[in-house]
Amino acid sequence: METKSVNPSYKLELTSSPHVHSRWSTKQAMWFVVIALIPALVSAVVFFGPYQLLIVLTSVVFCVGTEFLIKKIRKRKTTVGDGSAVITGLLLGLILPPNFSLSSTAIGAVFSIAIGKEVFGGLGYNIFNPALVGRAFLQAAFPVAITTWTNPNFSVDTVTSATPLAAYKFDKIFTSIQPMFLGNIGGSLGETSALAILIGGIFLIAVGVVNYRVPLAMIVGILIFAGVFWMIDPVKYPNPAFQLLAGGFLFGTFFMATDWVTSPLTSKGMWIFGLGIAFLVVVIRIFGGLPEGVMYAILIMNSVVPIINRYTYPRIFGEAK
Amino acid sequence: MKKNKSLGYEYIKGLWEINPVFKQVLGMCPALAVTVSVMNGLAMGLATTFVLVFSSLLISSIRKFIPNQVRIAAFIVVIATFVTIADLVMKAKFPELSKALGPFVPLIVVNCLILGRQEAFSSKNNPLRSLMDALGNGTGFLIALVVMGGIREMIGSRTLLDYPILPAGFEPWLIMILPAGAFLTLGLLMGLANFYVDKKKRNQQQELIAKYRKPSTTLEIKGEEA
Repeated sequence: METKSVNPSYKLELTSSPHVHSRWSTKQAMWFVVIALIPALVSAVVFFGPYQLLIVLTSVVFCVGTEFLIKKIRKRKTTVGDGSAVITGLLLGLILPPNFSLSSTAIGAVFSIAIGKEVFGGLGYNIFNPALVGRAFLQAAFPVAITTWTNPNFSVDTVTSATPLAAYKFDKIFTSIQPMFLGNIGGSLGETSALAILIGGIFLIAVGVVNYRVPLAMIVGILIFAGVFWMIDPVKYPNPAFQLLAGGFLFGTFFMATDWVTSPLTSKGMWIFGLGIAFLVVVIRIFGGLPEGVMYAILIMNSVVPIINRYTYPRIFGEAK
Repeated sequence: MKKNKSLGYEYIKGLWEINPVFKQVLGMCPALAVTVSVMNGLAMGLATTFVLVFSSLLISSIRKFIPNQVRIAAFIVVIATFVTIADLVMKAKFPELSKALGPFVPLIVVNCLILGRQEAFSSKNNPLRSLMDALGNGTGFLIALVVMGGIREMIGSRTLLDYPILPAGFEPWLIMILPAGAFLTLGLLMGLANFYVDKKKRNQQQELIAKYRKPSTTLEIKGEEA
């Protein structure tokens, strides 16, 4: 506590537990996430060309601008500096399809921040992950544009363009594992390359910004649930490795589901949350009408986080059972 | 309701102060389901207003004869009569509109706005006041539906009353004519309505909160040494 030499005044903060401090402030942690997203951004540029940078840039600019404007209108302290809007913008940009129109990107970005976050009261109060809210809005508003996939630069076949999941869903074609790991497949900007996402995700866990439990639960979960179906019928259902690497699963695992605000607080809750998402992803992918279900799975589980928190509330030491 | 309110007030209050959609949050089912276009909103609003006005008039005229125990049933009988009239007239004169509105015209009978006005107002007031009240509420409902329909039609299908008003380069947002768009529009409009009307009330509340909150969070101890 700082003491002034003249007329010392001491502030006694009265807050409820927990009293343990994190190593990082919100601001620092947010910038770590931005660093962790750089590999995914690089993979997007490598596989889909430099135009994709414009999409991400548009998204970031409009997210930050919306946040700034809304705080101004509501006459609140501006919170642009904490970097959360930058992250929402980056995440939204990276889960859009390649060569997506810039005006639609801007609409999605404005929606993400305005409806996904500020309507609830700003950072820390939102129920749903803002970037995914924006993506879900764009999916409903422009269903054709958002499912138009461009092939990556190094693809042998330049005519067809389908994500591995769409290829499996509609044509029963399985994509081999190696290009899926590197990212040389059709898909959203930042989510094709498992390698780039793993680099960023492991960095986040290593510096302690993200708790390992949610990603671990999701990966274990999808291996188990996909494995069960695969063992029932290996011809009809895709193998667990395909399910793990396809679509936006890894990106959602490390960057979406681990969002501090919209994931459970307790250790047990994190396991339930992760396993729940994995289960929903497998169910939507196999039985649903859409090829990909990571976005909806995370949004659905976001909505039950308050219930998870309530029922996994740890027993206070010494409290009777 | 106090008797000393003027007749004009009974009409005006329905437009904004107790607007059925934005303030009383009644009649949500038609407000969300049929407002994909201005025309649908207009037709629905007019049909509801018709039923509301005539059933209010009739019920307030016979309010002394309705036994208290069976009043809901009596209201429903009266309302259902006028709903049937509205439904049949629509089917005969505007078959396309009737088809577009689907089951929502017969469903006016269970619109809580209408039953709510009978229960809250016309069963306790004379026919003239009830007429003004019903007209006001009906107009408020109509305005809300037309505004919602206008916003959704404009953004969702680029037209207004089937006349294209936005440039062709504008890609319509499909979500606005889906149910999700109805909830978004309604929520934002309702938020806006409350934001402007309750400004004064809210400021008073904020002052009160600020007054009592300060000592409980930080405790300042002033002295030479701690």
